[in-house]
Amino acid sequence: MPTANETIERLTSQDYKYGFVTEIEEDSVAPGLNEDIIRLISHKKGEPEWLLDWRLKAYRNWQTMEEPKWSNVTYPPIDYDAVVYYSAPKQIAKRPGSLEEVDPKLLETYERLGIPLRERGALAGVAVDAVFDSVSVATTFKAQLAKLGVIFCSFSEAVRDHPDLVRKYLGSVVPYADNYFAGLNSAVFSDGSFCYVPKGVRCPMELSTYFRINAAQTGQFERTLIIADEGAYVSYLEGCTAPMRDRNQLHAAVVELIALDNAQIKYSTVQNWYPGDKEGRGGIYNFVTKRGKCAGVNSKISWTQVETGSAITWKYPSCILLGDNSIGEFYSVALTNNYQQADTGTKMIHIGRNTRSTIVSKGISAGHGQNTYRGLVQVAKKAEGARNYSQCDSMLIGDQCGAHTFPYIDVRNPSGQVEHEACTSKIGEDQIFYCNQRGISTEDAVSMIVNGFCKQVFRELPMEFAVEAQKLLTVSLEGSVG
Amino acid sequence: MPLLEVKNLHVNVGGTEILKGVDLAVNEGEIHAIMGPNGSGKSTLAQTISGHPAFEVTDGDIVYGGESLLGKKPEERACAGIFLAFQYPVEIPGISNSLFMKSALNAIRRSRGLQELDAFEFLELIKEKANTVEMDEALLSRSVNSGFSGGEKKRNEILQMAVLEPRLGILDETDSGLDIDALRIVADGVNSLRAPHRAMIIVTHYQRLLNYIVPDFVHVLNGGRIVRSGGKELALELEEKGYSWLEEEALARS
Ligand SMILES: Nc1ncnc2c1ncn2[C@@H]1O[C@H](COP(=O)(O)OP(=O)(O)OP(=O)(O)O)[C@@H](O)[C@H]1O
Ligand SMILES: [Mg+2]
Repeated sequence: MPTANETIERLTSQDYKYGFVTEIEEDSVAPGLNEDIIRLISHKKGEPEWLLDWRLKAYRNWQTMEEPKWSNVTYPPIDYDAVVYYSAPKQIAKRPGSLEEVDPKLLETYERLGIPLRERGALAGVAVDAVFDSVSVATTFKAQLAKLGVIFCSFSEAVRDHPDLVRKYLGSVVPYADNYFAGLNSAVFSDGSFCYVPKGVRCPMELSTYFRINAAQTGQFERTLIIADEGAYVSYLEGCTAPMRDRNQLHAAVVELIALDNAQIKYSTVQNWYPGDKEGRGGIYNFVTKRGKCAGVNSKISWTQVETGSAITWKYPSCILLGDNSIGEFYSVALTNNYQQADTGTKMIHIGRNTRSTIVSKGISAGHGQNTYRGLVQVAKKAEGARNYSQCDSMLIGDQCGAHTFPYIDVRNPSGQVEHEACTSKIGEDQIFYCNQRGISTEDAVSMIVNGFCKQVFRELPMEFAVEAQKLLTVSLEGSVG
Repeated sequence: MPLLEVKNLHVNVGGTEILKGVDLAVNEGEIHAIMGPNGSGKSTLAQTISGHPAFEVTDGDIVYGGESLLGKKPEERACAGIFLAFQYPVEIPGISNSLFMKSALNAIRRSRGLQELDAFEFLELIKEKANTVEMDEALLSRSVNSGFSGGEKKRNEILQMAVLEPRLGILDETDSGLDIDALRIVADGVNSLRAPHRAMIIVTHYQRLLNYIVPDFVHVLNGGRIVRSGGKELALELEEKGYSWLEEEALARS
C-alpha cells in the first residue's frame, strides 16, 4: 500500500488541463530586441509619436539596467534576444469589426478555457477583454458599459480613442525606470486592458481580462491601466493560462491602478499560467509589476491574488497610500508544487495621514516547491496615524518543499502602528492518517485543509471566482484523482 | 465469530520487526485491556489495525467482521466502524474541530448509504455529545487539536468517538496525562458507549483506569507478543509485581 507521502506526491502531481495549443496563423516579428523591433511594434499598432518616444526612452533606460538578483528564485539566464516580442493571430491583425468576424478557432479557444466571448453565452455580470498573445481579441459588453460612461477596451483602442487619458496616466504609477521588468514591458508592451470609470459611477459588472499565451517562444508583455475617478467603484478580475511547452516563456506585465478621491478599486487575479512539468521543465516565467496609487482622500485599493501557475512568480502588488485616510489591502494565496518557485508579496507605502493597510498572505508549498513571502511596510515621516496589520502564514505539504518569509518594516513616524503575525504549519503523513482514520479520504483531507487555510483570502474574491479558485487549488494539488 | 481476530500478526516498522506473532480475539460487547512496558508494541498493534501505512504486515492476518483488513485503506476501515483514539492526537491547523467531525461523520454516513447530516442537525448532535464529555464548546470552533492542552486533546478523542459511534473503539493511552476529574469524565464517556454490538480495546499503563472501565479481559504485550492473558485481576497483579515477574516466569518456563 502506498504511504501517505506517496499519496500526497501523487495528488500533488496533477496534469495541467489548459495546456492545449490553438493552431492558428500568427503574424510574428523575428526574435530579438532592438530599436527597430520597437518601432515595428509601434508601427503595427499605428501608435502616435509620443508613445513611440516613450517606448524608446524606456528601452534605452532598460539597456542600462541589470536584471534583479535579490529574489529567492533561481533560473538559467534569460536570452532576451531569443524572445519573440510580438505575435498576433493574422486575422486579428486586420482588426475585425465585430465578434462575428473573429476567427471561430479563437472563439473556440476561449470556450475551451471556460471564457465564452459571445455575450449571450457569457458569464452573467462579467465583461471580458480577451488577450491572445500580443493582442486583444474581443471585449464584451462594451456598449452596455459605455452608456454609463465606463470605458473598457483594449489598451491599443484606448491609445487610439482616449489618448489624453492614456497619456496622462501611463507610467504615472509604475514609471519605465521603476525596475528591470517594468522597463522591458514599457519598451515592448503590445496590448492589454484599459478601464476608466467616471466620477460617481459604480461599475455594475465585474470587468475582466483573460490572458492567453499561445505562440511558441513568444513573450507576453501586456499593460493594464485602470482609473477610478472621484467616488467611482470598479471590481476587476484577471485570469491567465498558457499551453504546455518544454521551453520557458516570459511574461512581464505591468498593471497600474489609480484611485482618486473616495474611489475604490478591487483587483482580483487567478493566475494559472503553465507551471512546467513534474521534473520542472518548461513553464512561464512570470515577472509582473502591479501597483496601485490611492491618489485621493478616502480612496481604497485592494489586491486579491490566487497564484497557482507559472514556473517562477515574481510579483508584488503594491499600494501607494497618498491620500489621507486611504486604505490598501493585499490578500494572497500562492501555491508552489513540483519545482515551482514563487517570490511574492506586497509593498504598502503609507504617505498620507491615517492611512491603513492590511496584508494577508497564505503560502502553500508542496512537492519541491519553494514559496517566499516578501513584503515591505513603509510609514513615511508625514504619515501621522498610519496603521498596518500583516499576517503571513505558510503551509508545507510533504517534507521536500520550503517556505520563507521576509518582512521589511520601515516606520519613520512615531505614531505609526505596525503589527506582524506569522505561522507555519506542516501537513504530513500524520495529519493525513489522522483524517483517514476518521473516514476522510486523502483527497478530501488535503482539499479541506488547504481550503480552510485559504478561507480568509477566498472570502475576498468575487463569488464566481471564489468557487473557481477553490476548485483550481484542489485540482492543482489533487490532479485527476477520483 | 469474533468481531476482530488478530492472527499470528507480524509487523515491521522501518525494517525492524516489532510485532512477532500476536493473537487476539475480541467479541462484540467485550472490553479488552492491553498493558505492557514502554516500547512493547501496543501502539504498533493499534495503528496496524487502523491501517497506518508505515506499519508493514509481514505475516499473519487481521480479520474484522469476517473480512481481512489487509489491503484496505485506513478510511475504509474507519467507515467499517474502526475508531482509534490516538496516543498522540494530531494537530490540524486551519480547520475547525466541528467541521472536521462533520466531514468525518458524513464521510462515514455516505459510505453506508445514509443521508448526510446538514449543518443544523450536526450542530445539535455535537452540542449534545460535547456535553456528555463536558467539553467546552469553544474548543469546537478552534482548529483541530491546535493548541489544545494534553487533557483537552484526549477528551476530544473521546468526543469524536461518541460522534462517530464505532463498532470497534481502540483507545491508546487515553488516560495518560488526565487529571482525576478528566479521567472520570473520559471513563464515563467510554462506559456510556458500552453496548452489546460494540467492542473496545483499551491500551493503558494504569490499573486506575480499569477501576472505572472494568475490562472483560486483560492482555500483557511484551517484546512483540502477548505473553499473558487473564481477567481483570491480572491488572491488579501487574500493578503489584511489575512486568519483570512475567519475564522471569517466561524464562523459568523455557
Ligand atoms: N515509525 C517508527 N519507526 C521506527 N520505529 C518505530 C516506529 N514506530 C514505533 N517504533 C518502535 O517500535 C517499538 C514499539 O513502539 P510502540 O509505540 O508500539 O510501543 P508502545 O508499546 O506503544 O510504547 P508506549 O507504552 O511507550 O506507548 C518501539 O521500539 C518504537 O521505537
Ligand atoms: Mg504507545
